[in-house]
Amino acid sequence: MSLIKVQHISKQFGNLKAVDDLSFEVQAGQVFGFLGQNGSGKSTTIRMLLSLIHPSHGSIEIFGQSIQKNRAEILEQVGAIIERPDLYPYLSATEHLQLFAKVRKQKIASGRILDTLEKVGLAGRAQDKVQTFSLGMKQRLGIAIALVHNPSLIILDEPTNGLDPQGIADIRALIQYLAKDEGKTVFVSSHLLSEIEQLAHQILIIHQGKKMVEGNTKELLDPQKRIVQIKTMNDAGTLQVIVASSFSNYLLPRKEGIFLKIPTYEIPLLNETLIKAGVALLAIESKNALEDYFLQITSNA
Amino acid sequence: MWSLIQVELYKIFRRPRTYIAFGAIAALIVVIQLGLKMDGNSYAAFLMKDINDTLTVDGKVLNGYLICYILLQLLLVHVPLLVALIAADMISGEANLGTLRLLFSTPYSRTHWVLAKFIAASIYTILLLIWLAFLALFVSMWIFGTDDLFLMKSNYVVLIEQGDVLWRYVGAFIFASFALLTVTSLGFLMSSLSSNSIGPIVGTMSAIVFFTILSTLNIPLFNVVKPYLFTTHMNNWKEFFDIKVNLNNEAIRGSILNIAKIKTSLLVLTLHIILFVTASVIIIKKKDILS
Repeated sequence: MSLIKVQHISKQFGNLKAVDDLSFEVQAGQVFGFLGQNGSGKSTTIRMLLSLIHPSHGSIEIFGQSIQKNRAEILEQVGAIIERPDLYPYLSATEHLQLFAKVRKQKIASGRILDTLEKVGLAGRAQDKVQTFSLGMKQRLGIAIALVHNPSLIILDEPTNGLDPQGIADIRALIQYLAKDEGKTVFVSSHLLSEIEQLAHQILIIHQGKKMVEGNTKELLDPQKRIVQIKTMNDAGTLQVIVASSFSNYLLPRKEGIFLKIPTYEIPLLNETLIKAGVALLAIESKNALEDYFLQITSNA
Repeated sequence: MWSLIQVELYKIFRRPRTYIAFGAIAALIVVIQLGLKMDGNSYAAFLMKDINDTLTVDGKVLNGYLICYILLQLLLVHVPLLVALIAADMISGEANLGTLRLLFSTPYSRTHWVLAKFIAASIYTILLLIWLAFLALFVSMWIFGTDDLFLMKSNYVVLIEQGDVLWRYVGAFIFASFALLTVTSLGFLMSSLSSNSIGPIVGTMSAIVFFTILSTLNIPLFNVVKPYLFTTHMNNWKEFFDIKVNLNNEAIRGSILNIAKIKTSLLVLTLHIILFVTASVIIIKKKDILS
């Protein structure tokens, strides 16, 4: 069942097309990774999902209802953090959750507030004002606000921004727990592939507002579809060797660098061929297709 | 809706800035009351100097009622600036802080939020006015006592019996609340147009100063627009203290000389409030929340 169904949405700001004919679906119970560089249109898309900005074209359905027409019913079941964890500096963590619990139609018990703070590791700072919090703590509190009303869909925009490695691992574990143990659907955006590939069942890469690739994470990270980059002292000479060899069919067109899409088992043979031809080989770096694709987008940008 | 108003009130009264206005009003009133307590008789003599030859006034001229009138004349011009400090920050302050997107991604509509914010800002304004009334009227009555209210107008004097004064202050404060709510709604409109805190506060203050100057200038060109400017009507609380006289030139107890003027002013101020708040709702509803 599609929990989110986005069809051909676009958003134009003056001359800038921030999102361009974007369509995708998110299935219930999934962790959906929304990947793209900074400024690629991720936050604009998320703001459209939350009806903070109105799409110039296209339609958005969440829980089978149009966000434009059934905004209140939909948002009652959605928790979100958007971009930065901006909060009220003069209020404490508990006060934040109490305020945001108050604006939900369902009654939220005070025990739930404590549980939520516990879940994000802020129980010890519950009464402290936000102005004393680090960026990472604010990020955790932002997530707590998104969770306090027990939503079925959680939208997290760059949730690990500003977190230290332990904090990143904690948030990753929390997202996995929410999806696996609590059956939540999590829509998580990031500009870091390494973050998303460890979490998401489904990945969508967006670049300059357009969908570049979408698919099941396992398939996209299939080890049998490796891409290797050959790093040498002399790329032109190496390229000639490869073109003259049986590996020429595996060559990928690139502006810079030598890339081959090659079965994993043939990589040792490639190595041997290059050494025999006297190539001053620095490295053969193996990447999965998704990583290559993401890097390609990044390097061309 | 009540939950939203509670949330907004909670935020207002947890901010240190909120108490600046309460503190400023208290400080000003206490200083003036202290000054008049110490040297009030000289002040009263100065007020009466032109009529001392023709009129003898018995009793205590410098009583709590007169002190309150003096305080209101001085303060009601400046209180709008203090009101703007909160009202003009209600939306833009949150946009600047980045919290507006948190509020607007809750199930309540933007119209609900804007109205809740306006009602909360209005409650703040009215509390400020109650605070002003408490200090200016009741504390002055306590310190200076009560007697008939003797007022010097530009070319006549008004003497109101002390038993006929208090209800006029109630009326004046109710009128003043409409005047200040107009400022609140103007600040609110300015706030809906901006994403930073300072601009709307300065904008509201500038608009009040600009329109006040237009309202007071006696130039025929401006006279055409004057009746429609809210600033022309904001000071008409004073009309509660102009009373009718009978054929013997005796004050008619319980009367107001120009009640139509008060009604017109209330109507103009109310229309301004409706206009400013409606415009704010429309602007916010159409706005893309980017900050």
